[in-house]
Amino acid sequence: METPISILLGFMIIGAIYSLSARDLLSAVISVGIVGYSLVICFLLLKAPDLAIVQIVVETITLVIMIAVVLDSTRIIRPQKAKGFVYFRYALSLAVIVIFAGVLLYMWSAPDLLQVFGDHTTRMSTAYIENAANATGSANLVTGVLFDFRGYDTLGEATVLFTAVVGVVTILRLKGKK
Amino acid sequence: MSEIVKTVTKIIVGVIFIYGLYIIVHGHLTPGGGFAGGAVLAGAFVLLVLAYGSPETKLKSQKEYPAIFESLSLLAFLVLASIGIGLGIKVFFNNYLPKGIVGDLVSAGNIPLYNMAIGIEVAAAMFAIILALIIYKEEARE
Amino acid sequence: MIVYLLCFTLFLVGLYGVLTQRNLVKIVIGLSIMEISIFLFFTLIGYIQGAAAPIVVRGQVETQFVDPLPQAMVLTAIVIALATNAMLLSIAIRLYRKYKTFDIREMRSLKG
Repeated sequence: METPISILLGFMIIGAIYSLSARDLLSAVISVGIVGYSLVICFLLLKAPDLAIVQIVVETITLVIMIAVVLDSTRIIRPQKAKGFVYFRYALSLAVIVIFAGVLLYMWSAPDLLQVFGDHTTRMSTAYIENAANATGSANLVTGVLFDFRGYDTLGEATVLFTAVVGVVTILRLKGKK
Repeated sequence: MSEIVKTVTKIIVGVIFIYGLYIIVHGHLTPGGGFAGGAVLAGAFVLLVLAYGSPETKLKSQKEYPAIFESLSLLAFLVLASIGIGLGIKVFFNNYLPKGIVGDLVSAGNIPLYNMAIGIEVAAAMFAIILALIIYKEEARE
Repeated sequence: MIVYLLCFTLFLVGLYGVLTQRNLVKIVIGLSIMEISIFLFFTLIGYIQGAAAPIVVRGQVETQFVDPLPQAMVLTAIVIALATNAMLLSIAIRLYRKYKTFDIREMRSLKG
């Protein structure tokens, strides 16, 4: 199962690099769709059908929102003239990225933490898998974990979603209330 | 949009809506649940708005309804969860309804009710975002 | 093991985009790439070779299941990611209406 996911990840990286370097904003937005829809296939290969259903709809709605934002603006990015400060800025961002890569590689060097597709890595997982069906009565274990064992998590998510929607409606209101 | 898109939308939107309801109601048996079904419901609404445009659907006069539905479903989720404080072992998010047999449609206690509340909330939230964007673009054009 | 490395690479590509791009929409795109790599990483942690999807079928004696906990967390995170991306984009479109550009440098020069 490792090879197909690696190939898909390669496609995702190529799409991400293209979408960050494209001059046209519309083609950048469309090519970030490559990343999202490849993620759907990865979820299906990783035996997570719930996530695949959510991701394919959410990616479509995100594309609709992004295209609606981009369409009535100046889409073409003008190339910038290089001023003296630019190289320092690039060097700084490259240094930050190298430091990040070093930290992540150090984390990756703990071999018992990340076994490839081996045993369960989270400590609670065996307890959840053994007890979820009988304790909650739900045949779908993800729903059982989501709404029974981790109910506070779902409540917090609903609150964040509510707050974000209130923020969007407030920011996009043009006329003040009388 | 053109007449072809409108006709196809008229046929297909009901099917998408029923599919979203199916995913929500069967959330504790099959893949899916409140989040997935709510996203599909929002997709049906977004398709309708994109195909028919604003003047026929009278969006501006109805922009309060998604916010009302979202607030009511979040309130229902909270009330359902906090009834559990008064019953049984007195815990928030207590699953106090009878569990039933694993695999039946009416089973798993509170979980189908939670699924319905979250599904309505997610659908209303996504539709509210799209609606706010479309109304903003219309007002900015004037 | 190569899968985790590629996942990190995708994260670093997104980070590079956030740090170096000057267009507001490009910055949002970089953020969403970082989010996607994190989702994939969480799901990869929970996967077990040869296990079944975490759904109990009636009459079937227990087999090995995929870990449901990372899937539950990613499920909520995907929906949150949509809402936060929409909020960032609405801020961007509001700034576009004021400055007539998505470029953050020109916004700085028009300050005051």
